[in-house]
Amino acid sequence: MIASFKVEHATRSSRIGVAAFALGFVLLAAAPVWGGRDDLRLLSEIYAYVALASLWNLLAGYAGLVSVGQQAYVGLGGYMLFASTILAGVHPLLAVPLAGAVAAVVALPVAGLMFRLRGHYFAIGTWVVAEVFRLIASQLSALGGGSGISLPASIVTAMAPSRQLREFLMYWVALALVVIVLAAIVLLLRSRYGLALTAIRDNEIAARSNGVDVTRTKLVVYVLTAFGTAMIGALIFLQKLRISPDTAFSVNDWTAFVIFITVIGGIGRVEGPIIGTIIFFVLRQTLADLGSLYLLMLGAVAIAVMLLAPKGIWGFLAERFGWQLLPLERRLRFAADARTT
Amino acid sequence: MEWVNIVIQGVLIGGLYAMFAAGLALIFGVMRLVNIAHGDLIVLAAYIALMTTDTLGINPLLAIVIVVPIMAAVGYGLQRALLNRTLGDDLLPPLLVTFGLSVIIQNALLELFTADSRRLRAGAIEVASFPLAEGVWIGVLPLLQFVVAVAVIGALQLLFYRTPFGRAFRATSDDQSVAQLMGLDNRHVFALAMALSLAVIAVAGVFIAIRTNFDPAIGPARLIFGFEAVIIGGLGSMWGTLAGGIILGVAQAVGAQINPGWQLLAGHLAFLFILALRPEGLFPKVKG
Repeated sequence: MIASFKVEHATRSSRIGVAAFALGFVLLAAAPVWGGRDDLRLLSEIYAYVALASLWNLLAGYAGLVSVGQQAYVGLGGYMLFASTILAGVHPLLAVPLAGAVAAVVALPVAGLMFRLRGHYFAIGTWVVAEVFRLIASQLSALGGGSGISLPASIVTAMAPSRQLREFLMYWVALALVVIVLAAIVLLLRSRYGLALTAIRDNEIAARSNGVDVTRTKLVVYVLTAFGTAMIGALIFLQKLRISPDTAFSVNDWTAFVIFITVIGGIGRVEGPIIGTIIFFVLRQTLADLGSLYLLMLGAVAIAVMLLAPKGIWGFLAERFGWQLLPLERRLRFAADARTT
Repeated sequence: MEWVNIVIQGVLIGGLYAMFAAGLALIFGVMRLVNIAHGDLIVLAAYIALMTTDTLGINPLLAIVIVVPIMAAVGYGLQRALLNRTLGDDLLPPLLVTFGLSVIIQNALLELFTADSRRLRAGAIEVASFPLAEGVWIGVLPLLQFVVAVAVIGALQLLFYRTPFGRAFRATSDDQSVAQLMGLDNRHVFALAMALSLAVIAVAGVFIAIRTNFDPAIGPARLIFGFEAVIIGGLGSMWGTLAGGIILGVAQAVGAQINPGWQLLAGHLAFLFILALRPEGLFPKVKG
């Protein structure tokens, strides 16, 4: 019998979710019309964190590669942008994908070394790599050494003549980038690799015994994540217009926040980092005055979530109500004739 | 002669790194836990030493007697109350919880003690030194630190392989459920291992407080030094961590001599080099 069935990804909640995403995208794309300069800046920052957290979630939540050193690629992306625009005269917007490509190439030998470290030790190994990158960056006198460098005004004005236009342009690039990152993750998870990844997430040994090439899949995810993370990093520092080794390779900004966002929102689910980022920014807007106490509280909340609801807020809701915002499930739907034979 | 002095400096500082590493290797060996807050707990020990010497007015070296039991108690409590709940087949919970703990300790220290760097004064011993040979000088305090490190690691090795305490650790390390069937309470064994680990790094924390300036942010770098020493040395024996610490210390000292900016970089590169050539470390665990 030739099986006549097809795999369905969508459910009713995911159709509502996709419609909501589409509506949200239209509203957000029009933000320059309804929002002020501060709104655009805040939204751009939110997009960056959604993208960074989604990429980290893919790495840690699906591929089981718990890295605490993704700031290596944020910083590398930022520095590549500054290097290629200042030293080689590349257009800033072209420098963003270029930074991603360089990071992907760098990630290959790094993965070769880091994959020798099992499980927990991999985490600290990635941190060493980030430190090595930071120390190398502070030795680069052409890029300001330890004190950093600003993007020359001529490069900034080359993007767009007026300041307002420039801000709109960067906002749209940030929005486009987060949409591309999210779409790429959704497509990846719906592909064969996605099935392999979900299997690895649920049980690595079982995945291996079913013929999944676990090491190769992990390598692909590691390199893709480096690619995306470096592009986000390049854009972040294009918006900041200034880079220094300590800000570019900051473990608090690019790893601690990202991990807390993902854990609180729900690790191992695409929706988790989005929900987590919203919570993170709501908390930050209300508690930012507390300074280091805010970070302390965030750490405590993340520990509590990890112990009490390890799948995070979205994981809890999804299990309780069967929700999914994005069409990622796989359900077999048999055709009528197949069922009778 | 200059280079001899530099290598000796590196070897002596290596003892300190070996203590960081021994604490890490111990808990990894017993319960497969990598404690990301390890470095911040070392810094916490340094601040406890600071508070002890400030309130009691004693010599910082004497403060070890007070800091070690406090840190051991912290370790036991931490393991029983928090970390035992994270252990299992899944890698994520212990990593993320200790990562959260690291952020909490750093920021709590920042709130309590500000970001100013601090230092303990141990008196004349700080600058005392004696000549070993023509042009080769050894500082008394670095030497003391190294001797203490060797003693601590020797004691750990003895405890691990020659006492009932160590037998319980090794049994749990080999097979947790069988150890439990034999009447060991794993939760208690794990908590004892963590207490021992923090007792070791308490000694290291007091030496850091005397020998260098410290502030709440230096923890992660200490974690990384300890980790690198563990990987360089291999997981075969406690002496491996000493070898790893010494190699790291010498690499940093030589790097710093070539260019002050290369001190840390040289240490990291030595680690990556060993990882590339001998991923199981110099003294690997014998597979049986």
